[in-house]
Amino acid sequence: MKTICLYFQVHQPFRLKKYRFFNIGNDHYYYDDYLNESVMRKVIEKCYFPANEILFDLIQKYNGKFKVAFSISGVAMDQFELYAPEVLESFKKLADSGSVEFLAETNAHSLVALKDKKAFCKQVETHGQKIKKHFNQSPSVFRNTELIYSDEIGAAVSDMGYKAILTEGAKHVLGWKSPNYLYCNAIKPRLKVLLKNFKLSDDIAFRFSSKTWEEWPLTTEKFVGWLNNLDPKEEVVNLFMDYETFGEHQWRETGIFDFLKFFPETVFNNSNFTFSTPSEVAEKLQPVSAIHVPHPISWADEERDLTAWLGNDLQNEAFNKLYSLSGKISKCKDPAILEDWNWLQTSDHLYYMCTKFFSDGDVHEYFNPYESPYEAFINYMNVLSDFEIRVNTAVPETNTDKELAKLRVLVAEKEDLLKKYMSEVNKLKLNISKSKTSGTKKVSSKAIPGKTKIPGISKTGKKSTKVSKVKKK
Amino acid sequence: MFGWEFPPHISGGLGTASYGLTKGLSRIKDVDVTFVVPKAYGDEDQTSVKLLGAGDIQVTKKKLHLKNFSKAMDYLEVKSNIVPYVDPEDFWRLSKKEVSGRYNFIQVNSEGKISFSGKYGPDLLTEIANYSVIASVIADENEFDLIHAHDWLAYPAGIAAKEVSGKPLVIHVHATDFDRSGGKVNPDVYAIEKKGMDIADLIITVSNLTRDTVINKYHINPAKVFTVYNAVEPLNESVKAKYKKGTDEKIVTFLGRITFQKGPEYFILAASKILQKMNNVRFVMAGSGDMMNKMIIMTARLGITNKFNFTGFLKGDDVYEMLRLSDVYIMPSISEPFGISPLEALQSNVPVIISNQSGVAEILTHAIKTDYWDIDAMADSIYGILKYPALTKMFRTYGKKEVDDLSWENSALKVKEVYENVLSLY
Repeated sequence: MKTICLYFQVHQPFRLKKYRFFNIGNDHYYYDDYLNESVMRKVIEKCYFPANEILFDLIQKYNGKFKVAFSISGVAMDQFELYAPEVLESFKKLADSGSVEFLAETNAHSLVALKDKKAFCKQVETHGQKIKKHFNQSPSVFRNTELIYSDEIGAAVSDMGYKAILTEGAKHVLGWKSPNYLYCNAIKPRLKVLLKNFKLSDDIAFRFSSKTWEEWPLTTEKFVGWLNNLDPKEEVVNLFMDYETFGEHQWRETGIFDFLKFFPETVFNNSNFTFSTPSEVAEKLQPVSAIHVPHPISWADEERDLTAWLGNDLQNEAFNKLYSLSGKISKCKDPAILEDWNWLQTSDHLYYMCTKFFSDGDVHEYFNPYESPYEAFINYMNVLSDFEIRVNTAVPETNTDKELAKLRVLVAEKEDLLKKYMSEVNKLKLNISKSKTSGTKKVSSKAIPGKTKIPGISKTGKKSTKVSKVKKK
Repeated sequence: MFGWEFPPHISGGLGTASYGLTKGLSRIKDVDVTFVVPKAYGDEDQTSVKLLGAGDIQVTKKKLHLKNFSKAMDYLEVKSNIVPYVDPEDFWRLSKKEVSGRYNFIQVNSEGKISFSGKYGPDLLTEIANYSVIASVIADENEFDLIHAHDWLAYPAGIAAKEVSGKPLVIHVHATDFDRSGGKVNPDVYAIEKKGMDIADLIITVSNLTRDTVINKYHINPAKVFTVYNAVEPLNESVKAKYKKGTDEKIVTFLGRITFQKGPEYFILAASKILQKMNNVRFVMAGSGDMMNKMIIMTARLGITNKFNFTGFLKGDDVYEMLRLSDVYIMPSISEPFGISPLEALQSNVPVIISNQSGVAEILTHAIKTDYWDIDAMADSIYGILKYPALTKMFRTYGKKEVDDLSWENSALKVKEVYENVLSLY
């Protein structure tokens, strides 16, 4: 059997607003709504809607023979709910077709797998619930944020009950081996490992529109020709890429949508390849050997390692600071805090602090809201400082924290009270001025100057005592 | 090369740059430099040589053997009444004391604001004309291939030398009057600058920022303007620390002339924002200038004088001492053609915040850049560096390396390219 496994990643982070240090302790809203919504709208229009439509038509046309898989991050689903429920509908339509598999990942599109196994499991579980809720599927295949994988992560995923995992077919891991077979985890052999064929995937995802590339322009015939040239014993070609490849990384004008539209037809006409979802690949194929990945790999940059997120002091500091809170978070019940906790873990926040882009890659510039990694770091740390204060208030552990938490509650109560009193005072003031004007009118009509002052004084007198009472309270 | 100051009388800005560049050029094989400066201290003319035809103008000729220079250099000092006030700070103090006598004091530092106080105005222009007369004599007497003039006061000298010798002229723009004046451009200065740029065969600017000014404000053909960035001398590490930090407070430093061009008020406003949130921090404004009193009053009004210090003008090693004690260096300049001092701060391991309106921002990646008017961003950056130690660590590793990679030799090689370019035109 020779098969193609198509998998698309859908993800959008909650980008942070400009959060200055003087906001710390005062402002607990961290997100740039305008930016997030406008990026979302743009990507929907350029990518999600037209690409979904094409996929849906292809699925109809080939009647179950054309299949794809998606992984939609939890934060992306949150954003769909907030800004574009119609996109969620369109993915649901795909899910209902029966030819689309949804994969499990971390809810926050986070790097938690590197830090905290328990929290990792919990995030995966939450994500699974969201997939179930929206698409009525229970994922059996897992893919970690940015295809980050190591033997240990694989073992943890296997313990959660998943039967397969997706990762990068990194050269330094594979050596002479080919990514076009099924492998299994080195610790838990029951977990199958699908490896991305990065050459063929990146031909579409990165090089498709590059006119300096010797293979430009890339046609479906040429691509399928390459597939036919593969070693006849090889069993599976894993084409993994960002869904935004279609229409966003590669614009409509490059012909990327036409490539997608005619790809299945060319495959069926010119080759004996079929299409399979990751779970089908894991079921049908036999793993050829275990793959040893002692150090984490990812699908990013030339190095295929973690340096895009944890490659400098800034990123490590932010990462460690964030997860230093996880102990307290596990005791926290406040839904607002938990939601922020989720959104702040998104790996993109760390990606923006990457200093590698000084030398390579405009990929890093993509949708980056910051002018420099330093700005990204300061902004994120300011937000984290405020978040920490809130967590300490919600889950006070030391005595000072407890004291502070109490005081904060007290201050908040007093402030509410003050607001209430202020509005009362204003109301009363308004009444006074009203009665004054009406009073003088009366008086002037009666034309008795001596009496004019009396009602005014008595009334204000009364009221001022009331005000002072209020203050004493 | 026509310049304004040279060792041992040297200060920031133009002096540092032309010194560094000359030093860099001296290491290049087939470039020989004769450096001409106007000078009238009255104490240096023991070996003076009277040049023929120069009337009452004296020229001092020396062979200079400088440390780190690979060959000797002819060094000419023109006895002129223009005093290149090496030190703008001194000038400012002196002019306040109503200096009188046989010298006319003007400020000629590249970044200095020319003080046209009426009394000196007409004289200054005469002096510049005098300098150009001498220049033509020198051009007649010496052998050379091309003329290189630094900043506007030397342009007329360069032009005169070109006219006499017929050799190509390269002018080096370290600043324009748009930078110095904050928009109120002096028409006489503009005219001299414009004429220099028009007549020059090629123009070197210290940054693309300045290049844009030259192209847009002086309407010069972009094809003849080249950017050559300044560099910085390697730090002399052997100097021992004189002072120890007496407090555990963090120190944020502004170091430079306290003038409009440097944007000191934005620093003070940012400081006052930070002091509302943070206690163990101290702000230092080192330098002097015509806005100093105003700035002191401003800190008093904001009620931050207990956390804000004015050091006055710092000399020599004290600058490095100040940097050594600093945790953040900030340069909020409104218009800075280049700005060597942030490079010096990075050499001393101090993280820097610079304005986008500075030429040095074009070459530094490991620095925080904000707009000079964006006080919030500036305050936030200071706060970030003080509060999150990873930033300082990053700047120490990468910023220092970045600066160490800059060298005057590289700048000199670029200048040489321009030279070759201009000679090929002849």
